[in-house]
Formats: sequence, structure tokens, C-alpha cells
Amino acid sequence: MDFLDYAQLTTGQKISYKIKSFFTGIPGAIAGIVRAVINFFKGIFTWIGKGFAGYGSRFVKGDIGTKLSYVIMGAGSALHGQIGKGLCFLAAEIGYIMFMMNFGLTYISKIYGNVHFDEVNVEINGVKQIAENVDVNGVVGNVSPIYDVDPIFGARSVVNLDSLDDSNKVLLFFVMTVIVSIAFFAVYITNTKSAFKSQEIIAEGNKPISFIEELKMFLDERFHVTMLVIPVVGLLVFTVLPIIFTIFMAFTNYDKEHQPPGNMYWWVGFKNFADIFYSNPDKSATFGKILLWTLVWAVFATFTNYIFGIILALMINKKEIKFKGFWRTMFVVTAAVPQFVTLLICSLLLADSGPINDTLKSMGMQTIPFLSDAGWARVTVIVVNMWVGIPYTMLISSGLLMNIPEDLYESARIDGANAFQQFTKITFPYIFFVTTPYLITTFVGNINNFNVIYFLTGGGPSPASYYKAGQTDLLVTWLYKLTTQSSDFNLAAVIGIIVFIICAAGSLITFNMSKASKNEEEFS
Amino acid sequence: MTNTSSMQAGYAAKKKAVNTLIYVILTIMVLIWISPIVWLVLASFSGDGVSTGLVPKTFTFDNYMRLAHDYYKEQDGTIVYYEASEMPFPYFKWILNTFIVAVLSCVISTLIILMVSYAFSRLRFKSRKTFLNLGLILGMFPGFMSMAATYSIMEIIGLKQNLFALVIVYSAGAGLGYQVAKGFFDTIPRSLDEAAKIDGATRNQIFWIIILPLSKPIIVYTALTTFIGPWADYIFVSYFMKDNSDSYTIALGLYRMLGQETRNEYFTVFCAGAVLIAIPITILFVIMQRFYVAGVTGGAVKG
Repeated sequence: MDFLDYAQLTTGQKISYKIKSFFTGIPGAIAGIVRAVINFFKGIFTWIGKGFAGYGSRFVKGDIGTKLSYVIMGAGSALHGQIGKGLCFLAAEIGYIMFMMNFGLTYISKIYGNVHFDEVNVEINGVKQIAENVDVNGVVGNVSPIYDVDPIFGARSVVNLDSLDDSNKVLLFFVMTVIVSIAFFAVYITNTKSAFKSQEIIAEGNKPISFIEELKMFLDERFHVTMLVIPVVGLLVFTVLPIIFTIFMAFTNYDKEHQPPGNMYWWVGFKNFADIFYSNPDKSATFGKILLWTLVWAVFATFTNYIFGIILALMINKKEIKFKGFWRTMFVVTAAVPQFVTLLICSLLLADSGPINDTLKSMGMQTIPFLSDAGWARVTVIVVNMWVGIPYTMLISSGLLMNIPEDLYESARIDGANAFQQFTKITFPYIFFVTTPYLITTFVGNINNFNVIYFLTGGGPSPASYYKAGQTDLLVTWLYKLTTQSSDFNLAAVIGIIVFIICAAGSLITFNMSKASKNEEEFS
Repeated sequence: MTNTSSMQAGYAAKKKAVNTLIYVILTIMVLIWISPIVWLVLASFSGDGVSTGLVPKTFTFDNYMRLAHDYYKEQDGTIVYYEASEMPFPYFKWILNTFIVAVLSCVISTLIILMVSYAFSRLRFKSRKTFLNLGLILGMFPGFMSMAATYSIMEIIGLKQNLFALVIVYSAGAGLGYQVAKGFFDTIPRSLDEAAKIDGATRNQIFWIIILPLSKPIIVYTALTTFIGPWADYIFVSYFMKDNSDSYTIALGLYRMLGQETRNEYFTVFCAGAVLIAIPITILFVIMQRFYVAGVTGGAVKG
């Protein structure tokens, strides 16, 4: 449909056309994502291929120094006159070898151990029982027998708690070893490149730059390295490492029965995912209900706040309304009070025997189970979330309203547009366009909205049919409960991965669709 | 002529009615929004304990006194005080803890955020896009998903149930929160950098001498947000500190006051504690709200 056809439609047809094109756009957006993912991997493979090709051709074209640096790091740099740099590479190589000999190799060998257990907690057909004398392949860790000298029988092996590896440590150090190895590999490649580069410079008859000059580059041409090294190391150690560790956890049986130290856990493949999707009725039923509620919640929480926040901002910013500063400040103050305080107050006020219900009772009315009945509780959290969130939207859209050029309205008035038309044709499209990224972040934020749920209802009410969760629990509060209360670390990790996938897919789809719809936006 | 003026009069009357309606709606909304907070302040002065209704019947300063110096219930008409060390809810110890964590993580996080956002905004290097995308992906994992793993790391490096573990957690993740500051740096004209470069300045000098002095608003904003963060965090503290109540920060401590066994006795004390903590945070937030708006929408307006 081109613009002329579109312009002739009635408003109702326009809306239905937009809705239709929104839904017909979804497959395209998904296809776009698939393409993007494929391209991403294609890019990676080409990159790796190119890397190997370069690696090979550098070796072939290299002189003796460059070739030597493929084995002894820094040799090329040193032979080409960059002694300081060469020593740094050499130190890196020696350091890495020492690290692997004394530390890394142990944990790589232990990551898939074979252990004989005298007793193992197992679940057969949903019944927990103890199996005796089990050999398990793929245990994270190993048992080192400790030999006790028995005065009568001579030496015999005794397995005690201290001789068990701590599966957590093994897995953690394994991931660490992998990360260090990848980093070292990058340094190694840089070493060969740098050796070849200095060889080329010499071949051109120039002198490679000195070590001091090279260091000085970190304050200028390579200043980004200086600026990023500390943050990146921080992220690697305290964010990336734990995330990879947790992803691995999702493939183990690290739960209450297999808790190190004292117990070991082992690899179980995709069993936890199967559990949560279909094979364990308890867990999969809970997961289905919580996932549905999470999505319902995120949609309602996002759009109620968004719409009413904009309406509030419009009211406050209407030209004839006085005391704008006063109104705004009143709402900002409520947003400013720390969330856990306001939410806990609300949960106190709305409790079954809280002040509001007491007042209702003294007035002879029925009390309302705001937080203790599933239906009521779900409405309550959405309403209270409006109370928490509307001031934020108001703040942001107030700022935007002031940015809309006044002459747009003026020319609209001259053309005879009334207030409502001005809103639908100018104000709303403008705000919607500018706040699309904000809408995405709010949606993702609401999927991850821990505070509102946890402090208001604590996830409750919790019927027995839910596996360690309640009827207002979101995926993330369930994750929190599984981690802190029931020690189902493997399940928690699975949920974390699923939340990640939902958020990533959701933002990618919206991002792609808003990019696709931008062309249409230009004329409508 | 008369027709137009009567139309105008009708229009004015309608306009007035609309405005009056808006005033009424705004007033009602403000009442709804403010009343829980008013109730919190009233309850913090209430002498009725857990049976405080919508409006307390008796007023007292006791709740605030008990924050500083908790007491056993009256015995034979006299009040028996706790020693400071055996108070079940050492409110001011928690405030001190939170303050230490907040100051340290504020300093470290602000530095990290400024460094990262400067590098991504003003410097061009080969893997810049890759890093930006990786940051985006990392940010989509739920923040506390890897909490158990982080706890293991802290255990191994000897910071189990230690306040410094919190400082590290809060500031190590700061590198991902560069968007607002980056948006600010993007608005500083690049010609400034280029002019300085022609005069022979290195990028290091440009950062310290030219960019930072121009960035006071964003430094203030970053420092305030990172300072406020630890005062409101519950998740990490609750998992990291377990039942070591000496190392609690304020959010966890106040939450524990409302636990099953203590809720009745500490209901109004909680309110007093919440009021005291809310006042400074509210003031800080009101100061930084104008930066907040610019930050959230800044990137979008430029498209």
C-alpha cells in the first residue's frame, strides 16, 4: 500500500491497518533476527578463517626472528631490536606456562572426573532414595584418597570429607583457566603480528619504534587500552566469570542434595531444561504459570505507567495550568523515597490486618485480601507499580514535551486542528518516537522487576502446587528464591538463561521492528 | 459579530471547565501519591505500636530514640537499655556500613564509568563496536543470576560476608552503566579535541585538561547515582551477608525489622528508621532528577 492509498483510509481503517502491519511485521522481524544471528556466526567464522590464513602467511613470509617467535614469544621483537617488548612477551609466555603447570591443567583434568560413591542421593520416578556403590562419570572434581596408616592392618585408604574436591572451586577455576588461556592466545597472536610488522619496517629501511615510544602510545594512540583495561578486567572477573560459571551450573545437578563441600555435583546435560519444560510435572507446571504471569505483568506494568505518566505530564504541562513546579515536585518526592521503603509501607498498609483493612472493618465493611488472594494480589501489584512508576514517566515525558517545537502547534492551529488532533498528530507521535528505546528498557526492566513483587507480596500467595514459588512470583523472584531459600542452583541458572533469552529476543524484535517502521513513520 | 463573541464566551467557559477538572484531578492524584508518605511520617511518631491505624491516637518520640538506643520493655516501671553491642537492630551501625560501602563504590564506580564512557564516546578503535555489543549482551543477563557464583569467588579471595565484597560487586559491574555519561560526552563538540590535537596534546591530556572540566554535571550525576545505589540494594546484601547482622546495610536491616517475630514490636521503629533514611536520599534524588531526564532521553533525541 503506498501513501496515497493509506491517506484515503478512514481513521478506523488506518488503525486496523497499523495493527495488521504490526502483526504481519513480526515474522519479518524474527527472520531478521535469524539472519542477524547467522551473519554473526558467519562473521565469526570468516574472522577465524582470516586469522588462520594470516597466521600461516606471516609464518611463511617471516624471517628467522618472526618464525622463532611462533615458539619462543618475543624472539622476533627482540631480534628486530625491540628488546623491551620482546621481554614482555617472553614474560607472558613463561607466566602462562607456570600458571598451567601449577594450576590450570589440574582443573582441566578434574572437570570431568570419574568417582566411586559409597552413597548417592538419587531420584527415581520422582522418589528420593539412596543408591549405594555408584560409579559416576563426569563429576566436577575428584576424590584424592588419603592413606591412613593403621597399626594392625597396615596402610589402607580412607575417604573423608577433606579428600573430596569442592566442585564449585573446580568449576570456577576451570572457567578461569579457560579465560586466561583465551587472553594468552590473544597475546600470542599479537606477538606474531608484532614480530612480522617490525620485520616489514626493517625491510623498508626504517627502525622499529623504541619500547619507551611504544609505552607512550598508551597515553595517546592507544589511550583506549589504558582507559578500558581496569573496567574490562573488573567485568571479566566479577561479571563474565560468574555468568559463565552459572551457565555451566545449568547443566549440572547442583541442588540441595549435591552441595559442595562434602558433596559433589556432576554433569547431567540438558536434564534441567527438560525438567522445566516438560519432564518434571511440578517444575514445568510452575514454570509455565510463572512465565505467563511474568509476561502479563510486564505488558501491564509497562503500558499502564507509560500511558498514565504521559497523561499526567500533559495535564501538568498544559499552558493554562498554574503551579507547575509544585505539582511536579509533589510527584518527584514520592519517586525519590527509596523504593524498598515505599513498597514496604504499601505492604504494611494493605496487609490483611493493616490500617486500611482495620478502617474498613471499623466502618462495618468487608475486608479486602489485597495481598493474600491471588487475583487481588495481581491487581494490587500492578496498581502499586503505577503508584511507583508514573512519576518517573511523568518526569521524562515532561522534559520531552518542552522540547517539541512550538511552531508545529502554531501551524497546526492555523490549519484548523483542534486540541485532540494536535495531540494525536503531533504530541503523541513525537513522544512515542523519542521514547521507543525507553519503552524497551522499561519492558526489560519490568521482566526483571524484583523490588515491587518481592517487597509487596513476597511472591505470595503460595499454594502447594507451585514449586518453591507463589502466584505473583516473576521469573526473577523465583530465581532469587531458588538460589537463597531452596538451594536449587541448577534450576536457578536455567531460569536465568531463559530470562536472558526472553529479554534479548524481545529487545531485538522491537529494535528491528522500530527500524523497519521508521520509513513508514516519515509520511504518516 | 454577536454570534462570534457568544461562541468565544462559550469556548472560554468550556476551557475554564476543562482546566478546573484538571485541577481537581491533579489534587486528587497528589493526595493519593502523598498519603502513604504522610502516613509513614505519622506512624513514625505513633505511640500505638502495631495497632497504629490510618491516624495514630498517641504521639511519641520513642521510636526515634529506640533507633539509637534500643530498650527492653518496661520492667517494674523502669526502662532497661541494651548495651550497644547487643542491640538486635543496630540501626546506626547499618547506616555506617552503608555509608562506607556507598562512598567507596561511588568513587570507584564513577572513575570506571567516566573511563569507559570517554573511551567509547571520544576514541575510535578497531574493536569498539564489538565491545559495545558485548556490553549490551552482558547487560541482558539478570543482575543477580550469577550471585551464587560471585559469592563463591568472594569466599575464595577471603571476602566472605565482608563489606568490601559489596563494594567490589557494586563497582565491578559499573562498567556496563556507561550509556548516560557516553550520551553526555557525545554532545561535547569534537572540534575541541581536534584543536587540542593540533596544538600537540595527547589524548590523555585532552581527557584531563579539556573534557573533564566540561563534564561537571555528568560527574555529579554519576557520583550521585552510584552513591544512592547501595542504600537501596537488598538482593546482594541479603545473599552475601546471610545472618551476619553486623555487616548488614540499611535496606536489609530495615527489612529484617519487619520479620515475622519482630514485626509487632518494631513496626513503628521501622517507620522511624525509614523516615530518617528517606530524607537524605530524597534530597539527593531531587538534586539529580534534571540530569536523569536528560540521561534517559538524551541518546534518543539525537537518533
